[in-house]
Amino acid sequence: MERILEIQHLRKSFGNNEVLKDINFSVDKGEVVSIIGSSGSGKSTLLRCINLLEKPTGGKIVYKGRNILDNGIDIYAYRTKLGMVFQQFNLFNNHNVLSNCTVGQIKVLKRSKEEAEEIAMKYLRVVGMDQYINANPKQLSGGQKQRVAIARALAMEPDVMLFDEPTSALDPEMVGEVLKVIKELAEMGQTMLVVTHEMEFAKEVSDRVIFMDKGVIAEEGAPEQIFNNPIQERTREFLKRTLKAV
Amino acid sequence: MDFQLVKTIFLENWPMFLRGAGMTIVISVISTLLGAVIGLLIGVVRTIPTPESNRKRAVLKVVNAIFSAYIEYFRGTPMIVQAMVIYYGSALLFDIHMNRFAAAILIVSINTGAYMAEIVRGGIISIDKGQFEAAHAIGMNHTQSMVNVILPQVIRNILPATANEFVINIKDTSVLNVIGVTELFFQTKSITGNNFKFFESYFIASIIYLLMTFTITRILRHFEKRLDGPQNYDLVGNQMQV
Ligand SMILES: Nc1ncnc2c1ncn2[C@@H]1O[C@H](COP(=O)(O)OP(=O)(O)OP(=O)(O)O)[C@@H](O)[C@H]1O
Ligand SMILES: [Mg+2]
Repeated sequence: MERILEIQHLRKSFGNNEVLKDINFSVDKGEVVSIIGSSGSGKSTLLRCINLLEKPTGGKIVYKGRNILDNGIDIYAYRTKLGMVFQQFNLFNNHNVLSNCTVGQIKVLKRSKEEAEEIAMKYLRVVGMDQYINANPKQLSGGQKQRVAIARALAMEPDVMLFDEPTSALDPEMVGEVLKVIKELAEMGQTMLVVTHEMEFAKEVSDRVIFMDKGVIAEEGAPEQIFNNPIQERTREFLKRTLKAV
Repeated sequence: MDFQLVKTIFLENWPMFLRGAGMTIVISVISTLLGAVIGLLIGVVRTIPTPESNRKRAVLKVVNAIFSAYIEYFRGTPMIVQAMVIYYGSALLFDIHMNRFAAAILIVSINTGAYMAEIVRGGIISIDKGQFEAAHAIGMNHTQSMVNVILPQVIRNILPATANEFVINIKDTSVLNVIGVTELFFQTKSITGNNFKFFESYFIASIIYLLMTFTITRILRHFEKRLDGPQNYDLVGNQMQV
């Protein structure tokens, strides 16, 4: 099994607030890893450190055998290998749907316009948004925006997809359409790291689940272990709280 | 009011009024455009993220300090005084005898640039942080993010403020008569020097100013609407062909 990402002793502080404390885990090719945990436990910060939107305070992020925190690494090239999907979609407001999915390919990967559009269409079909190529972001519903955002990330053909609570900003009736797309990607063998509050979804789609609490990985294991037989008291309490809230 | 007299004055002097108005428009258009370019460049430099290397950080700091001084000076002093300082100062200090038209363009441009720099900086800062992050996440560097994602949105957002600067410039070029630029106010002054009909002549000038600012405001608003594109979009292909 090819190892894609290996996070070693990762730390991150904001001022004197240590948000991530010695995080260690890895992601292999084809794996779907979910990250769950209460609000403020550092899930987003972890994802943002992995694609260097935040600068880690310490530790290593090893991508295909190379620590990308070393000097002289082309972080822009590295970022094209990670597809990021944000809670707030963040579609480019000045581009229509098609152009959202081609601008990165053309400007960063230097693909030709024709090639970029062909690839964009392929992934817009995957997310069911191929009919909307002429629409502007502000003309779409939340669920549609998020599906375009997923297609935009996929069009870069990354090794790993990173999802940061992709359905948290959506109205309840739109959550399903986005989760369905992510599930289909999982079935297609896409490597993914998914931060989510959707426990049912995490249980169904994940190969492995990581439970974070106060900046550390409190428990990590197969979905059956985490959701049915958690070892840690903290995991049990978290699940009791969240499942009751639903 | 004696409308007959107004009419006579206009009919007698319309070529001068027209030339003045033309000069006013030309100076305002060119200077607003140049000012917008200056403002865009400065606004972009002032929002460059703090570089890692010490040397670059120091250079950027010096450059930003110069820009700040420029902005403070030109926003904090009247343009009529700036016109005097630049026109006579360039002759005295650097022995450059500027053509009046060139001097007019220079003065109004750098004055507008100071205002536009602040407008652009505000425009860049007000773009949602998520737009930068999405651009970075897709692998764009700072320049690529600015060119492909941020600046197009900033330019659209600052269009109303730029139109406003344009209208201000049409009115404020009147101060350039102090250095002898033959714009509308200067021409009107010459006309009154011959006919001594101050009220009627300046009344005509005021109407011409109003016509110019009113027309330009409408044109730019129309342009803004067109930039925003159609309200609706068409679906592509049909659902049957799966
Ligand atoms: N830019 C920042 N500056 C300072 N503190 C920050 C910053 N970003 C996050 N934090 C802090 O880091 C901690 C972890 O935040 P993070 O957003 O990673 O949590 P999370 O697990 O994603 O929570 P949620 O489920 O609410 O999204 C919080 O205490 C937060 O206040
Ligand atoms: Mg979060």
